[in-house]
Amino acid sequence: MISDLFSMTVLVGILASGIRLATPYLYAAIGETFGQRSGVLNLGVEGQMLLGAFTAFYVAIQTGNLWLGVLSAMIVGAVMGLAMAFVTVNLQAVQGISGIGFYLFGLGLSDLLFQRVLGTVETVKGFPKFNLPVLSDLPIVGEIFFQQNILVYISFALVPLAWFVLNKTTLGLKIRAVGENPEAADSLGVSVARIRYLTIILGGTLSGIAGASLSIALLNVFQQNMTSGLGFIAVALVYFGAWRPFGVLGGALLFSLVNSLQLWVQVLGIPIPSDIAVMMPYILTILVLVISVSRVRAPSALTKPFKREE
Amino acid sequence: MSKPSQENWYAKLIDIALPIFATLAALIVGAVMLLLLNVNPIEAYAALWEGAFGSQNALAETLVKATPLLLVGLGICISFRGDVINIGGEGQMIVGAIIGTQVGLRMVDSPGWLVVPLALLAGFAGGALWGGIPGLLKAYFNVNEILSTVMMNAIAVQLMTFLLRGPMIDPAQAELASKIPQTARLMENFRLPRWIPTRLHLGALIAVVLAVLVYILLWRTTWGYRIRSVGQNPDASAYAGIQVKNYIVLALVLSGAFAGLAGVMQVYGVNYRMITDGSGSGFTGRAGFNGIVAALFGQLHPLGTIPASILFGALLVGANKMQRVVQVPSALVIALNGLVVVFVVSSEIWRRKRQRRRLAAEMALQEGAPGESDGSEAAHYGGEVD
Amino acid sequence: MKKLRWILIVLLVVGLLLSACQAQPAAPEEEEGPFQIAVVMPSSINDLAFSQSMYDALLRVQEEMGGEEAMTFDYSDGMFVVDDAAAAIRDYAAEGYDLVIAHGSQYGSSLQEIAPDFPETSFVWGTTVDTFGIDNIFAYEAASDEGGYVNGVIAASLTESDVLGVVGPIETGDAKLYVDGFVAGAEATNPDVQVNVNYIGSFSDVALASEAANTHVAAGADAMTGTAQMVVGAIGVAEENDAMWFGTQSSQTELAPDVVVANQIYRWEVVLNEIIDLIGEGTLGGQSFTINLENGGEVIEFNPEYDLPEDVKDLADDTIQGIIDGTISTDVSE
Repeated sequence: MISDLFSMTVLVGILASGIRLATPYLYAAIGETFGQRSGVLNLGVEGQMLLGAFTAFYVAIQTGNLWLGVLSAMIVGAVMGLAMAFVTVNLQAVQGISGIGFYLFGLGLSDLLFQRVLGTVETVKGFPKFNLPVLSDLPIVGEIFFQQNILVYISFALVPLAWFVLNKTTLGLKIRAVGENPEAADSLGVSVARIRYLTIILGGTLSGIAGASLSIALLNVFQQNMTSGLGFIAVALVYFGAWRPFGVLGGALLFSLVNSLQLWVQVLGIPIPSDIAVMMPYILTILVLVISVSRVRAPSALTKPFKREE
Repeated sequence: MSKPSQENWYAKLIDIALPIFATLAALIVGAVMLLLLNVNPIEAYAALWEGAFGSQNALAETLVKATPLLLVGLGICISFRGDVINIGGEGQMIVGAIIGTQVGLRMVDSPGWLVVPLALLAGFAGGALWGGIPGLLKAYFNVNEILSTVMMNAIAVQLMTFLLRGPMIDPAQAELASKIPQTARLMENFRLPRWIPTRLHLGALIAVVLAVLVYILLWRTTWGYRIRSVGQNPDASAYAGIQVKNYIVLALVLSGAFAGLAGVMQVYGVNYRMITDGSGSGFTGRAGFNGIVAALFGQLHPLGTIPASILFGALLVGANKMQRVVQVPSALVIALNGLVVVFVVSSEIWRRKRQRRRLAAEMALQEGAPGESDGSEAAHYGGEVD
Repeated sequence: MKKLRWILIVLLVVGLLLSACQAQPAAPEEEEGPFQIAVVMPSSINDLAFSQSMYDALLRVQEEMGGEEAMTFDYSDGMFVVDDAAAAIRDYAAEGYDLVIAHGSQYGSSLQEIAPDFPETSFVWGTTVDTFGIDNIFAYEAASDEGGYVNGVIAASLTESDVLGVVGPIETGDAKLYVDGFVAGAEATNPDVQVNVNYIGSFSDVALASEAANTHVAAGADAMTGTAQMVVGAIGVAEENDAMWFGTQSSQTELAPDVVVANQIYRWEVVLNEIIDLIGEGTLGGQSFTINLENGGEVIEFNPEYDLPEDVKDLADDTIQGIIDGTISTDVSE
């Protein structure tokens, strides 16, 4: 039975589903990376995702326009980000806690809206598989990578883009400076507040898309608490990736691949209790970090509010 | 120690009133949501008050809810003072409860006076173990504790499900087709004494006593001093000869231990058995998260965490009552809970501003007087120390 | 000194709170008027699964009894936290409801403790068969294995790939019973069939449920089933891949009218009506009930849109009849 794991069907299955599963993590974690790089920890990602998922679903079902759904999810995510930014930057609230507050708010509000506006679980015709010419027809590779919906492709394209912005642009330099040494950045004329507003709103926007990628692309339904802890895993993956987009990609892929592996382990009847199988991705994520003994430091100003000396 | 003065009392009062005003402000926003749901907010909030403080039973329920928040919060005071962000309270509660419950299930022939303290200690140890692992990982492998505690929460939930539907299942359930994932019920003499006819149990009092002990630990012992010192400035601490790694582990071990105690008390004081609905929070009631909020409301001070837990417990209990009386979806209660957290945590800025002003005034008064070193350490968590 | 004062304040507050506790709770009032039911449920009333099945049943009971004049009910949904549920149950009992329903097997322990304090109130607990020998507790459960078995028989007759997939939450209770019944039915019908079972370890993770379904499809399954509220994610995958879907608990036909073949539907009103009658006669508990195919508490609803071959429909009907007659055993209960 264990040897079945190495058959082509299974390997292709694991990889293809790992890539699908990684998508919401990627959006949310890349967004969180920008926030943390500028010194802000947002634990409210899950709430932003849930509101994004609901909004996208509702707009898509009302208008029949999926892109409008994504756009609305982005706007709702951005508004949540704006609120978070105000609380974090202007009111200098403790970030871990305000994030938990926003999480609970999003969790409750999305469920409330779902119950009052939709009333029941419905389905929507979500983003279809988007086949790329030539690439999708490739044997194996095509099946794994190029028979996914469009939001999957965009999430992966986001990784190099985020890397480029963070490392090769002035904006990225400012973001990193604000996260490492806000006093110095401030003295050089960089507005710490403006940069943090920007990154938190960007993070909210991407979390909104993460929600949309679930409700109108991967699953095509909305259900209460449908993210089920996914947003918290996304935050953890930022630490796994050591605040680097490609590291985050590695973490998201590792976690998702092991998750799809454990599904296959159960399907193939390998005699491991189901609960133990479900633990695998969590344990392995920790183990990989232990073995790799990363020496990367967190951004120095992470979680620290910036007060301008007057 | 500065001399307590009239002004100081007044200032304290405002500091204490601030989170209450913030809570009220959040409830006003909540009132708008209630109006949108066609519910009379006054009726709803009357029910909330009634549910939290309106009767003997309501008060007792509030304190029952506050107990795990306080215990988890005490652990949070320790770890956050040591600059270790422990968000693994949920998992630590679960593992503490598992190990503590084992004691009661195995020692059926022993007397209660032996089993109960032993079980509480076992719960303490179980939480310490589950907190210690991320501690070791952070100290020796540089694995960030936010990551590891999030993952350890998920692992603990699955571990609980595995044990409760297998090795630890109630023998009576094992024979039924339904196989409810729960342990056998604890023997009657193994239960924490209650304030009959309510569910208020001895654990509430134990938690208050422990709050005093944690206060002493943090500000009157070398361990406490070093944990805080490492939290404040690890480099300087290392330079001063403190084994920084050991104190990081210690902070997480103690933090987890208190959460573990909270977990085992839910078993011996409230439910009398361990039971799961498949999620972690079905057992913990999200106390592992809400305890963090309570500790921060209490300004990371063990004694401040006591009223903060009661306030928060009252809100949770009262909101459930409101749900029943005016028949709003429970989702509204969760959203309201979130609003209160955001508002209270945001209101801290005014307290800090007042504090800074006071400090500046004092400094101006007595130039050159020896400053109190523990005033600034928790500044970025909004902490305050006497 | 200041610290001491702090401690004193705290002790004072606690003391005050405790002394305030002396007031006695109001005695439950005896009321003329409609029969009052309160229900506490773990998930939301529109989960298309366990909680909704009870909510819908209560609506039907209300209609049968003659509307709000005759019966009213209040609910607390989303009560997944066990001790919050306990508080709700106690509160409803204290408010004087005639019948308090604890709709979740995890609530039993609380009921065992609360029921003796309210001897005038009738409590009912599900899903279980255990009334703890307390005479104001009723118990109910669903023989979900029966409908599971029928679904399994149909699936095994229709499959062309001989591979079936099951998406479950955690391996326990109602879910395990249903899944075991499904596997037994499928294997009894078609010895070549392979049933792959996946428990995802959660009642809420819709994404993982969906991916579990994708895994089944990749492993060759052309018919799937699943139980609990997170399966809504799996149903979409079935539709996308044109795989058959079999529902349980509530009707899931509307989610994917093209691929849903049949649903096992719970009709708790069968039990509720009986309990309400018993309460009317003065019996407040002590009995346990099972909804099953025989008493009409479980119904197999075929999707009229699905073109089910005549012989399979006959086989399904024979199986239902066989289970009712006792000639077919689902073989899962010990």
